Parts: sequence; structure tokens; C-alpha cells
Amino acid sequence: MKAFLILEDGTVFTGTGIGSGKEVVSEIVFNTSMTGYLEVLTDPSYAGQAVVMTYPLIGNYGITPDMESKRPWPDAYIVRELSRMPSNFRSEGTIQGFLEKYDIPGIAGIDTRALTKILREKGTMNGMITRDENYTMEDVLSRLKAYRTGNVVEKVTCREKYVLQGKKGAALQKKIALLDLGAKDNIARSLTQRGCEVTVYPAHTAAEEILSSGCDGVMLSNGPGDPKECTEIIKEIKKLYDSDLPVFAICLGHQLMALAVGADTYKMKYGHRGGNHPVKDLKTGRVYISSQNHGYVVDTERLDEAVARPAFINVNDGTNEGLEYVGKKIYTVQFHPEACPGPQDSGYLFDRFIDMLD
Amino acid sequence: MPKNNEIKKVLVIGSGPIVIGQAAEFDYAGTQACRSLKEEGIEVVLVNSNPATIMTDKEIADEVYIEPLTVGVLEQIIAKERPDSVLPTLGGQAGLNLGMELEEKGILAKYGVKLIGTSAETIFKAEDRQAFKDTMEKIGEPCAASQVVNNVRDGIKFTNTIGYPVVLRPAFTLGGSGGGIAHNETELVEILTNGLRLSRVGEVLVERCIAGWKEIEYEVMRDAAGNCITVCNMENIDPVGVHTGDSIVVAPSQTLGDKEYQMLRTSALNIISELNITGGCNVQYALHPTSFEYCVIEVNPRVSRSSALASKATGYPIAKVAAKIALGYTLDEIKNAITGKTYASFEPMLDYCVVKIPRLPFDKFLTAKRTLTTQMKATGEVMSICDNFEGALMKAIRSLEQHVDSLMSYDFSDLSKEELFAHLEIVDDRRIWVIAEAIRRGISYETIHNITMIDNWFIDKIAILVEMEEALRKGPLTSELLKEAKRIEFPDTVIAALTGKTEREIHDMRYENGIVAAYKMVDTCAAEFEASTPYYYSVFGSENEAAITNPAKKVLVLGSGPIRIGQGIEFDYCSVHSTWAFSREGWETVIVNNNPETVSTDFDIADKLYFEPLTPEDVEAIVRLEKPDGAVVQFGGQTAIKLTESLMKMGVKILGTKAEDVDAAEDRELFDKILEETEIPRAAGGTVFTAEEAKEVAGRLGYPVLVRPSYVLGGQGMRIAFNDEEIEEFIGIINRIAQDHPILVDKYLQGKEIEVDAVCDGTDILIPGIMEHIERTGVHSGDSISVYPAPTISEAVREMIVEYTKRLAKALHVVGLINIQFIVMDEQVYVIEVNPRSSRTVPYISKVTGIPIVDLATKVIIGNTIRGMGYEPGLAPEADYIAIKMPVFSFEKLRGAEISLGPEMKSTGECLGIAKTFNEALYKAFLGAGVELPKYKQMIITVKDADKPEAVDVAKRFEELGYRIYATRSTAKYLKEHGVEARRVNKLSQESPNVMDLILGHKIDLVIDTPTQGNGDKTRDGFLIRRNAIETGVYCITAMDTANALARSLETATDTLTPIDIAKVKTI
Repeated sequence: MKAFLILEDGTVFTGTGIGSGKEVVSEIVFNTSMTGYLEVLTDPSYAGQAVVMTYPLIGNYGITPDMESKRPWPDAYIVRELSRMPSNFRSEGTIQGFLEKYDIPGIAGIDTRALTKILREKGTMNGMITRDENYTMEDVLSRLKAYRTGNVVEKVTCREKYVLQGKKGAALQKKIALLDLGAKDNIARSLTQRGCEVTVYPAHTAAEEILSSGCDGVMLSNGPGDPKECTEIIKEIKKLYDSDLPVFAICLGHQLMALAVGADTYKMKYGHRGGNHPVKDLKTGRVYISSQNHGYVVDTERLDEAVARPAFINVNDGTNEGLEYVGKKIYTVQFHPEACPGPQDSGYLFDRFIDMLD
Repeated sequence: MPKNNEIKKVLVIGSGPIVIGQAAEFDYAGTQACRSLKEEGIEVVLVNSNPATIMTDKEIADEVYIEPLTVGVLEQIIAKERPDSVLPTLGGQAGLNLGMELEEKGILAKYGVKLIGTSAETIFKAEDRQAFKDTMEKIGEPCAASQVVNNVRDGIKFTNTIGYPVVLRPAFTLGGSGGGIAHNETELVEILTNGLRLSRVGEVLVERCIAGWKEIEYEVMRDAAGNCITVCNMENIDPVGVHTGDSIVVAPSQTLGDKEYQMLRTSALNIISELNITGGCNVQYALHPTSFEYCVIEVNPRVSRSSALASKATGYPIAKVAAKIALGYTLDEIKNAITGKTYASFEPMLDYCVVKIPRLPFDKFLTAKRTLTTQMKATGEVMSICDNFEGALMKAIRSLEQHVDSLMSYDFSDLSKEELFAHLEIVDDRRIWVIAEAIRRGISYETIHNITMIDNWFIDKIAILVEMEEALRKGPLTSELLKEAKRIEFPDTVIAALTGKTEREIHDMRYENGIVAAYKMVDTCAAEFEASTPYYYSVFGSENEAAITNPAKKVLVLGSGPIRIGQGIEFDYCSVHSTWAFSREGWETVIVNNNPETVSTDFDIADKLYFEPLTPEDVEAIVRLEKPDGAVVQFGGQTAIKLTESLMKMGVKILGTKAEDVDAAEDRELFDKILEETEIPRAAGGTVFTAEEAKEVAGRLGYPVLVRPSYVLGGQGMRIAFNDEEIEEFIGIINRIAQDHPILVDKYLQGKEIEVDAVCDGTDILIPGIMEHIERTGVHSGDSISVYPAPTISEAVREMIVEYTKRLAKALHVVGLINIQFIVMDEQVYVIEVNPRSSRTVPYISKVTGIPIVDLATKVIIGNTIRGMGYEPGLAPEADYIAIKMPVFSFEKLRGAEISLGPEMKSTGECLGIAKTFNEALYKAFLGAGVELPKYKQMIITVKDADKPEAVDVAKRFEELGYRIYATRSTAKYLKEHGVEARRVNKLSQESPNVMDLILGHKIDLVIDTPTQGNGDKTRDGFLIRRNAIETGVYCITAMDTANALARSLETATDTLTPIDIAKVKTI
């Protein structure tokens, strides 16, 4: 089935439709990971976006239990080639079937490298995937211009709080409150594996509820969308900041904490999405390869040094990758120490967080 | 961490002659690293015995020693040059072993030199089997159950506790030499005995056999601050059991989920950290196909063949970065040379798929076992890049230049189903073709997988290619179908054959429908950042991103493809130097090549690099885009020469000697005419197509005759025939491969062989030097010991050679290089063959005379004259020292290969001996080739009757040297009659103790065995003796001239050699 990807700048890619047949408008972003397409698909941070995989061969090992949430989140999926026959001892199905099941459309067989170059040069932009050959460009472009990702945290956070027990046999039994802004499962898993009991709270939980829960520390998760849309959540996070609880935050959580203390964020030209980004720990000078997925970043130019100081920077473009809060047990990072997909090099940060508790 | 300023002068150890398991990749790595060091203002002292390398050029290092790679020689160089550091991680296993020995023997401490790039402790922990196992155990990294044994008894005992089959890996050997899989006690004893002998330290690891698991490799880098990255991972399509050098490899891995990928990546980083490696490292894993269980197979704490492949596959220059790390830089301080913006502390992301296929030498060694095992057999490899796996596989197949262009190229269609199953069990270089046939017969993926253990994902990809064959055969050929066939890289020729159309029709249909190759960039980052390095690969159905340039002058340089016997690294040397020369003259340079091991495919050699197969169709697509002002084919060996006609049809001007003149040199009749006109004698002969015609010519000339195909390199298929039967046999072999060109039959003259390379500008010629072979005619020039300046020819002969060279160069209108081989017999000079192109001896003669031949030839090609460049035409004055080129063989790696020398080339590499005296040069040359004698002072002589008189003299010389001589019956009798105290030993067929027991008893230094006249040797006695000698590590000589030379070298053996700095040799 012929399908079209139409970009805001008027570029049209013609390929084959994959997944569901519905038409979709979304923000197009690219991810450079060579493995981990399933973790990408099930990462709630992609809600409100359509993902292009730059690696051309996708679906080689099929659908395995390696999911970061209960369902795939992107609005659409864009690949060069889907494997017709997945091969892996854990494979339970194909990407095609998976996308169909969750009614996610997509397009295959297009020059994903050319598409990536457009996004790199012109910046992230909106696009439409349709199978309707009779689209009119004018109509499409106006719809593309009108599209906003909106407040997508709403869509991905859990409805009710729930508790995850620490791994049996692990000695430590700290209680962690995890604010689910669209959390990847491996954040909670990283904590439970280290012996923590994790209570997962919906994004709009009042700070008071968490503060009175008797937890030893708070974890702010990753999540989708523009951080500045989360005005209510930011207010609650400010209260967490004002308390003396240790906080560790990842990605969106990191940005919200920065906004809570009066710093600013801005949208990057095309973001960082992939598993090869070098980040430097400014304290030790060590460089770690990190998993990343963000389109916004904290503006360190407008950061009050008395409140927070850069803890990590990106070696490639010098953007902020982490903050340490002055006089607080608060540590936040832009990248993903929980990996999945991507390098596990910075998993030690969970240990550091646990050391901060007490 | 900034650069360590205490490092000012570094000794870099090269890898020595090209042998199987250690090839051109180390010239690539070494050259890149030396340039990287010089960039930092470091004084580089280089030692490498291999003259055919670019790294031994005086432009690459400050002091260059082409000397034997022994601890003794290295100590002398250290004493003379007093470097502050030694970098041993760029010269492969040879370099690493030497670095280790320098440390162990206290030489580094004595001269206050430190090892950089790695520490002795790291080398020990990674290379010593037990230390490695202990280290892995310490950090919880699993290894297959194993034990290091020093004798056969312990090996049997341990195996009985873990069960058969077991893998045997000798410690400290190249390319897994002497290793193998033993399925029972007999095999265990055989392989283990051999392995213990080949190991430098007499140790072999006996290991649980994990054959059939997935074999995965990671290339990792680490700096002194502890920062680590992985450059790339690779998956072997052939599961564990086949040496990775002989496996088809894909990058990145295709069948691993992120969980598996990251599990192994984390393990690799833990290992490199624990071993405290600073630089590059290769970690090989076996991954269970249906669980997360894995084993670490081995770790190489140095640059390697895999790291060269990873560099080319990703664009990440591992050797360059490793050199910078050795100087103290951290990864985040080193710029990513491809993007020019980002840093070396990142991990390359590919948005394409890379396939490597080994180039195996079974077309050269017809008797050798084709089976692939844990002992590497490939001489080289090809790599291809595409945006889909099928396409990458198809491109790699046609890059091999082994008469294969699709999965139909080896025909297994007449096998019965049972036979086909039996074939699937065989692990050899044709396995993917057998799988394709199995798919055509409807054998299920599961069945194929269960037999081969190759992952179903790859089997399905082969099936997609087979389905396309069927679709094309069935037709109709719509533009949609053609588009899809091209997307998966079916060449036009194959589509034409399948659809019953002509290649031209397919070609035209493609262009009419806009189905043309587009070029994408290898940029290390999947387009995330803008890259500035024009390193391209082709795809169909995508947008072209190759920059269109219109410089004043643009040249297309055609590379020489995979390294194979007969066409080695020398041609890469020539291609690179020619490219550099064009660049200096202001031309834009475009290289096309497909060999990942070479310097020419480094991204900063030419202005543009196209990593593509060297077939007319692939080259045409590049020509259409680049529109070069000309192409140069005379430097890329036969691979490039073969493209001449196609290039001309595309309208590309051939720069230098014209195609018709190249033809004239190859075409018997045209060439005879030229010889007649120029009054140059040659051995009488004729041109034939059939055995009947050949016998007739031979009858006329009288036996023996030389039989050879035309248009080949390295004397492929060339034999000396002594009777009609042999003529039939040889012609049969030659015609097994389709012959477009006639076969030549010449009278065989036995005389001195002389070789000349010359530059001709159309008027004048410049001969840098005349080389003389130690072996008489009959041994291929590439396998002969070659001496410069020619030591035994008279002044008259010398003048005749110069004169004939002049006449031939003129008659053939040579513009550029010409190589001529002569026979000198009774003061008469005959021409054997003329090649109006670069040759194997060009790097060697360039280095020893200091005359940059390729540079001059290139300048001549673009219009300069020899006089204009400041050279006096004619024969250049002789150097005041002797340089001897010694061939080096890899016979021990090729089970069953015939080792006796003949007109067909068999050596894989060469080394140089250079000294003030002939004898010292000869000694150095033997030493460089690994002939370190005497050890036990015992030898065996068994020669054919014709050689017996000469054998007496040789035997007497060895007797003088203190050797005890053993000989088989008739040789012993003859020697005794002539005053040699030879001890008679029983023949093979006779009872023990016989000649074989002697060889296997490890007390023999040397076997001199000349094959029975008539090449027959049908008894196979000689063959078995030679094979066993080689596999036991005994030096084996098959020509009397070589034996004499060795005796002479040993007579003058001395511990104090004088290293000569080639870079300081004055240019004549």
C-alpha cells in the first residue's frame, strides 16, 4: 500500500504504508539507535511525536518482552525497511503486527537518511503520514502548521498510584516515590533491583501527598512534550525542592526541576535521540556514553549559580546534561541512566542517589 | 588529560611480512598512527621488515629501518636511536610479542625506554591463557571451561573431564596457527602435538567447544583517564567454529536485541577497564543462540584486522585515535576527523549495513583443504556497504574477483538431495551458495539452520535473493521488478542472464527508468551531524548526496581489490603513491576500491573515496557522476588493468600507456612482431587454445615447456610441462575457468632471471636498478629471492638489458611504468614477459634506490619528462649497498597445499635484507623471513637425481657449519660416494624410524627436498615430507639455489648486524 510522508517544508516521501492505515499528523523526530527499536517504541517520551529510525533494518529480532511501558506511544513510525522475518529466541511477533494492534500508522521504504538530513538542517518539523493519494498540499500544510504536541504528560502518566517491591534478597529497603511523568519501566526497575520499594505516583499528585508518605527520596521520571506545558506539575515540584527530601530526576523531570527554581528551557534544533551521546561528569572529568531522548534543554546561561550548577555537559555540543543543586540533595540529569535502549554506563547514578538517602 | 610532553621520540614496531593472519591491515593502521604521531610533533622511528608497505616510506616516519623483526635487531636500533618510548600495539601479534620480549629481556629498562599504548602487564593478562582466565574470573566474565596444557597427556586428561569436542588454541600464534577442533582422541593428539610445537611458549589452551554459538565482536577504545567507548560491534554470519578472519561478517550485529547488544557491550567495557588498556582492543564473544549465556573467546589488546574493518565500516579511525591516546590525550580531547566538529568520545552510529567476505586462496592451492576452521586461511578480504543486507552481500560477492557475481555462481544443482545435505554439513567458502541451492530445492529454514547453525535471519536474506532470481527468470521484467532487483544489488549481467536479455538492454532500461546508483556518505553519526569527509557507498532508490565537483583536473584511481597471492599490498602502495602524486600536481583524486585492510581506503588519502566493487557496472556509475578527466589503471594490478576496455567504452581517457599497447604486450602475435622489429630474442613458443594445439607446439619446441594463461597476475595457472600428459592436465586446469584469452606455450629456458622496473616518458627511460633472482628460471619471480644490484651479470649483459628495456618501452609507447623479466643464458639476454604497468617490485626498488618511481611515473603520465624532473635517463647509478627481497610463505596455514616452488606464485609476502655486504644482506633477509638457524644443527636432504651433484656442494657447506645430515636412500648413497657423511634414513613407506619420525621429533632445522622431475611426484612421499616439515615448523627448501643461498647466509651469520636507516639513504 502506497503511503506518503509530507513535511511542513513541502517535501514528500513516497513509501509503503505499515501498521494501521489511519492518517496522522505529528512532530517528526529521528533516533539514531542501531538496536532497541522496541524500547524506543514503548518509551512514553515519544507521545505526540512520529519517530524515524536512522538505522535502516528494523524489526530483525521481532517483538520481545523488552518493553519500557505497556504499549507503543509514538503517533507514527518511519523506517527504511521492516524485516519480513524476525529471528530471535524470544521473538513473539512482528513490528507490523504490533503497530496494527495499537492502531499506529507508519511508512517504510523511504530514504530515511535524506529525511534525517532535512530534520538536521531545518530542525524538527511536523509531518503527515497518509495513504490518500488525493491529498491537497495546501490543506495538508495548514494542518501541519496547526499541530501542537500539547500536554502529552497527561496522556502517558499512570491513573492510580501503585507500589513495586524491592528485589527479594536485596538488603536495602529504602522507600522511593517515583513521579510518573511518562516513566520508562527501567527507572523503577533500576531502583527495585537495588532493593528499594518504589511507589509510582501519577504526574498530577500533590507534593503534600508524597512528602507525607514517609518516603526516603523522590525520583522524577522522563516524559514527553514541552516542559513549559507542565505548569501545575512544576508548582508541586517546587514544593519538593523546598523540602529536604533527596531528589533524583531524569530528562523531563530534570527540566521541570530547573523550571521550578526559575531557570529556563528552550527547544533544540533537532534534539538528541540515540544511544551514543557523550556526556562529561564535570566533577571527575570522566566521559560516559549515554542514552538520550530529548528535544528541550535547560538553558544554563540563565541559571542562578547560587541555586544549581552544571554537573554534566554534552561533549559534542556543550549543552547541559545535568545539574547539582546547591545546598540540596538534588541531582538531575538530562540523559537516561536507566538505558533501555542504549549504554548502561551511567547506571551508577542510581547508586549515587541511594547513597544520598538518609 | 593533555599530551604527555615527555614523549618525544617513539619507536613504532611494524608487523613484518604479509602472511595469512597478519596482512595489509597493519600497514593501514601503522601508516595512520605514524601520521598521527608526526602531526603531534613526535619523532617517529619505524622498524618493519616489509618493504612493500607505505609505513616504511620516508615520508611516514623520520627514521625508517627495514630490518628483521628480532629482539637483537630491535635492541641495536634502540641503542642507536635512543627513543624514549616504544609503541608495540600497531604491528599486530608480531609487534606485541616483540614489545613483550623487549620488556622481558630487560632491554627497555636497560635503555630507559617505556612501552606506550599498552603495558607489559596488560599484554600478559590478555595474551597469557591462564592469566587471562584468572582476570576474567575476577571480574565475573564467563569463559568457556578450559585449561592450559604443556603436554599431550594433560590435554587428554582434561578433555576427559569436559568431554569432546574441544577447541585447541596455541598461545602466542598468528591467526590461530596450529589450532583446531578435536572430536576424538586421535584428532586431539594430532592437533595438540602440532599446536604445542608452534606456540612460542609451548602452551595450548584446551577449551569446551562452543561451536554453533553466535560469534560477536566488539571494538573498544579506552584512554588513560578510564573513558571507554565501543566503535562498533560485528556479527559473524558463520557461527563459532570458523576463524573470524575466514567468516562472512556483518556490521553492526543484525540479530541481537538491545538487551544482548548492551550486555556484551558492558562486558567489553568491563574487560578493557580491568585490563587497563589504553588504546584499542578487540573482544570476541560466543553468544548462545537461545539464551543470554555468553563466553569471552579472546581479547586482542592492540589494533587488529577487525579494528581495520571496524574503522572502514564506521569511519572511526581507530589507529589514529589509539596513537593519540598513547601520547596521553583523552578521548574527549581528540576531534572526530570525519565530522570535524564532534569528538572521539562518542560511538559511531551506522545507517547502513556492512558485509565483509574473506578472500580465500583455494583457487591457487587446488590441493588444499577448503574447510574453514579456527585456523585462518584467507589472504585478504573485501568489504561492501549498502542500505540493506542483501545488497551488501551481493556487492561483496562481486568484489571478490573470483568469477562470482551472484548466489548462482557455484552450481550445486546436479547434487542429489542427500548430497546436498552432506554439502550443507561442510563448512567451507562456498557455504552460502550451498544454502542458496538448498532454498531453491525447498529445504526448510529450520533444517538449514539446524545443520549450519547460521541464524534464520541470514538464511531468510539468502532466500530473498533466491526469490529474486526466480522472479527475474519468470518475468516479465517490469520497471518495478528491475528497481527491486537493483535495490538488492543484482548486477546488470546477472539480470540479463536471468531474463534472457542483453546487458545493454538492462542497462538502457535502467537509465530510461531512472534506476541509477546514488551515493551516500559514511559519516560516523547516521546524518546527525554534518560531515565533511567524502567517503561514499552506492545504493539504489535513494537520493544522491555525493558532492558534485568540477575541478580543473580530476583523476579516477582504480584500486587493486582484495589482497591475494600474486596481487598483494604492493599494488596498494602504488595506488596510494600515485594518488598523492596527482594531488601534489593539483588534480582532484577519486579512488575506487573495496579492500578494508588497505591504506588506499583510508578516508583521507584521496579527495573522494568510493567504497565499491571494481566491476565495469559499478565503476560506470561513478564515472557518470564524477566525469573524471582521465583514469589511471597501471597502478592497481590486474584488477584495474581489466577495467581498461570498459573505461574506454565509457569515454574515459586512459592516462599513461594506451590500452592497445597493454594488449600488445599480452597478445602473442602482436608482441612477437614487436620483438622482431626491436630484434630482441625470446624463448620460442606459440599461442594455443586446446591441449591438442599445445602438444603440437610442445612437440615442435621440445620439452620442457612453460604453459600459462595470458592476462593473469602472479603466474596463476603457470606450469612447466615435461610431457604430453602434463600438458593435458595443465590445460585442463586452466580451462576450468572460462578463458577469453589464449594460452601461451613457450620453450623453457633455464638461466638467470633478471627483473627490471622502469619509468618511460615516451622518449626517455629511467631504470632505477636491475634485480637478479637467486633461483634460476622456473621459480616465479614473486617467489624468488631478488637481489639489487644484480650481482653476477657482466657489463655486456647489463648494457644489453638497458638497451632492450629502452627498445621495448619505446616500441610499446610506454608512458609510466614498465616491468620486464629477462633470462640470461650463456651471456645472451631473452625476454620472458613485459608488463606495461606497476609491478610487485616497485615499492622495493623505490625504497632501496631512493627513487620515487610511482611519483615519477605519475608525473610522466601528466606530461612531465624524466629530464624535466632532474633525472638522467638510462640506468641510475648503483647504490653502495645490497638489498635482498625474500619471499615469505604461509604454507603452514593451508592444510594440504603443495609447497614446492614453481612458475605459479605461492608466497603471500616479502621482507628485505639491506646491508653493505651481500652476505649480511642475505642473512638479514633470511632472518626477516623468520629463518632463525641454526637450532639443532640437523637437516634432511632428499633431492631429485638432477639435483644430486649440486646437493653434494650444499651438503658439504652445511657439514662445515656443523650440521648432521640425514638423507633418504639414493640421496644418502650419492652424498656418501661424494664424501659427505650423510646418514641414511628410511623412506616414508618403510618402517620406523623413518624420515617422518625424524621430522616430527623436533630435532630438525631444515629439509631440502626438490620435487621429482616432471612435477609428477606421484608417490606423494615428497609431498608428505614437505607438508609435515612445514606443519612442524621446520624450514623447508625446494630449490637448490635457495639452499646455497641459505648456506652462504649461515656461513656469515653474526650477532652484530648494522641497521640501516632507509630514510637517510641518499637519493641517487
